[in-house]
Amino acid sequence: MIKIIDLHKSFGEKQVLSGVNLEVKKGETMVIIGQSGSGKSVLLKLIIGILKPDRGKIYVDGTETTGLKEEERLRLNRKFGMVFQGAALFDSMTVAENVAFGLERHLRLSSKEIREIVRASLEMVGLRGVEKLMPHQLSGGMKKRVGLARAIAYRPEIMLYDEPSTGIDPIRADAINEMINKFKQEMGMTSIVITHDMASAYKVADRIAMLYGGRIIEVGTPEEIRQSLNPIVQQFIRGEAHGPIDNW
Amino acid sequence: MNRQKTFLPIETFIINLGEVALIFIRTLRASFSRPWEGRYFLQQLEEVGVRSLPVVSLTAAFSGLVFALQMYVGFNRYIGPGTEAYSGPALGLGLCKEIIPILVGLMVAGRAGSAMAAEIGTMKITEQIDALMSLGADPIRFLVVPRTLAAFITLPCLTLYGDLIGMFFGYFFNVILMGVNKTIYINQTLMFMELWDVLSGVIKSAVFGIIIAIVGCWQGLKAEGGAEGVGRATTRTVVISSIVILIVNFFMSKAMPASLSGR
Repeated sequence: MIKIIDLHKSFGEKQVLSGVNLEVKKGETMVIIGQSGSGKSVLLKLIIGILKPDRGKIYVDGTETTGLKEEERLRLNRKFGMVFQGAALFDSMTVAENVAFGLERHLRLSSKEIREIVRASLEMVGLRGVEKLMPHQLSGGMKKRVGLARAIAYRPEIMLYDEPSTGIDPIRADAINEMINKFKQEMGMTSIVITHDMASAYKVADRIAMLYGGRIIEVGTPEEIRQSLNPIVQQFIRGEAHGPIDNW
Repeated sequence: MNRQKTFLPIETFIINLGEVALIFIRTLRASFSRPWEGRYFLQQLEEVGVRSLPVVSLTAAFSGLVFALQMYVGFNRYIGPGTEAYSGPALGLGLCKEIIPILVGLMVAGRAGSAMAAEIGTMKITEQIDALMSLGADPIRFLVVPRTLAAFITLPCLTLYGDLIGMFFGYFFNVILMGVNKTIYINQTLMFMELWDVLSGVIKSAVFGIIIAIVGCWQGLKAEGGAEGVGRATTRTVVISSIVILIVNFFMSKAMPASLSGR
């Protein structure tokens, strides 16, 4: 479904990704773990085409996407839904307008149909009667869920989650994890989840990949990652300050 | 090392110019192709045009008053007492060709241009622009085109409106406050002013509109570094667009004919 080959990305002098190779299979939930600032979000933005890589290739369903023209890339984004770390709701729009935004662009639907899908999408994430509210009237957890509803409204084939459980309490974080699993089971979505919360990672992952030093240093099932012999992986999943990772 | 430092400002200037040119070309291309973001264009017409009316009214009124005052003093001093009624055409020429278009440009740059940079800059740092792209919307088409078209259309309208207000307050100062001969004042103004005097100012203001929107959106789109970055983008928008407006105004005034009637 998604194949990443030798992906490089730098910002000025700072080399963020230096040869990432990764394959995500159809219907799979791949969790990418790594330290803050290790380039996890950059990797997601490269996959969806928000950023352009310096070198390397990304294949989505067999189509190489890094060389696509702007219009082709925007069309390709129909396949993707993305949930942002801070929700990234449009402040000047109501909740309903936010959720309808992708629908209006990707599908040709009547306003009645759009209203119905917006309501159903909000219900899927456990929100009712919030359509007319503005983003500033919502709590952090509600914003995340509206962001989730916006991303799933047009039923994308691939969901990208950028730290979905960061900044919310553990109960709400777990509810989000359950929603990720529900979308996968009910809609067969392929998902890539970025997180450094290991509880979330174990709960949603089919496989876990660890990004370190600009490369994927280990990929495996949650059990394989738990049993990993790599000291960097072990230090990270145990959350220990002392070990081979000393650039914190 | 020193050589690198010497050329850095030139390099930065060329890079910035390239960025602006790229945004302008993409905006131009997107303006003439579907889909059009009609709803957001109407919102911007209100934001740039309607909401600038109070500040343009005040600016034009006081410009008309103060320019009329100096014209009155000038005619009285250099041509002679009693000739003040002949100041109407000079007042109209100065207001419609230069003062109102420039002041409208500067006022809108301060009010709407800075708002564009602040809004788009905030969207940039809160990943709303990334969200737009992830949802299949082109930020140029969605954010820059409606603002540029709205500024391109509303600046000439605001200038025409400012011309009327400025001319009215010029008349008010001369005829009502200073008691100059009303008939001579109006006849002279109508006799010596041309439609081109108004049109040339209107044409310039349309160009100022494009400058304000492109600079505001460009600065917003390149904002980074949190609230401080947004603040910097806002300030830069006002400074850059004001300077560019003043420079472009001179060259446009120089390039455009002074009169179309051969006078």
